[in-house]
Amino acid sequence: MAEYAHPEALVSTDWVSQHSSDPNVRVVEVDVDTKAYNEAHVPGAIAWAWNTQLCDTVRRDILSQQQFEALMSASGVTPETTLVIYGDNNNWFAAWAFWQAKIYGHKDVRLMNGGRKKWLAEGRDVATDVPHVATAAYHAKPADLSLRTFLPAVQQASAEHSAALVDVRSPQEFTGEILSPPGLPETCQRGGHIPGARSIPWGKACNDDGTFKSADELRALYGHEGVDGSKPVIAYCRIGERSSHTWFVLKYLLGFDNVTNYDGSWTEWGNLVAAPVAKGAAA
Amino acid sequence: MKIEEYRERKLDVDGWEVNLTSYRLDAEWHAKADNVSPGATLCRTTGKSREEAEEKALQRAEELLGRTRRHAV
Repeated sequence: MAEYAHPEALVSTDWVSQHSSDPNVRVVEVDVDTKAYNEAHVPGAIAWAWNTQLCDTVRRDILSQQQFEALMSASGVTPETTLVIYGDNNNWFAAWAFWQAKIYGHKDVRLMNGGRKKWLAEGRDVATDVPHVATAAYHAKPADLSLRTFLPAVQQASAEHSAALVDVRSPQEFTGEILSPPGLPETCQRGGHIPGARSIPWGKACNDDGTFKSADELRALYGHEGVDGSKPVIAYCRIGERSSHTWFVLKYLLGFDNVTNYDGSWTEWGNLVAAPVAKGAAA
Repeated sequence: MKIEEYRERKLDVDGWEVNLTSYRLDAEWHAKADNVSPGATLCRTTGKSREEAEEKALQRAEELLGRTRRHAV
């Protein structure tokens, strides 16, 4: 069985259990909302709220370098800290945080394989107290935009077939039958997908216990849709968090060199005037 | 403190597949409903028993899922 390309980017729940209180390790939970963290969390873990602390709250954007530095400093994280991130929904928003940490050059950042779900299912110790952390002075690197794609590059990729577009939303969002995940508010004017995109829902990369599938299974999953790393890959979803999960899989588990997250995603494309939209299943 | 009696099961709610998770934390029961595809959390609830927490979660999930519009493709 083939190994992951970057196995160091993942840690097991066992590893976290043994190392969460190491002085150079900071464990962070990132969920859809902070209710889950308040209910119970990995002992010693702090929490980041994705919708207030992991984005610019004025304009639609990820954190600026200064905002990222402020978050890391307040979290007691230095550039040498081993940052271990986990969360609910099989690490959706944990991957979003991982992606931004890599954009700003944090060297040692890892996801806890299986996320919150696996930790709870295993009946491990949990805590409700919020740990006090001493602030640090964090200096980030300038944003590495080779990990991120903006609209013009996606338009070019769609028109010229110069990159593999991977739509990681549910099949019903891909076809246009629904405009948002079931039960969530509609956030776009039109349903469907970017012309040329392949439908590979993010969840297919996970086992039932929330852990990632093996490298061989992942290679087969994406390879079956023609996504094999031979050309650039652009992943997208609705708002960019599910696609950061797939970005992580392709870049760190399969080792593709040129993978980007289009965080504008369907809430950008599906609201654009005169943008081409494909409906139904992939051709 | 530990999570106890963790359980997950899949149910059909208003035509949508829902994953219902419940467990006990000390004396309180917690439940969470998420849509199976894509797997987004719909709600979290608590109760004095598993049944109470799950019932609340299913009611809220049904309310939310009932608002989802299906469009012609």
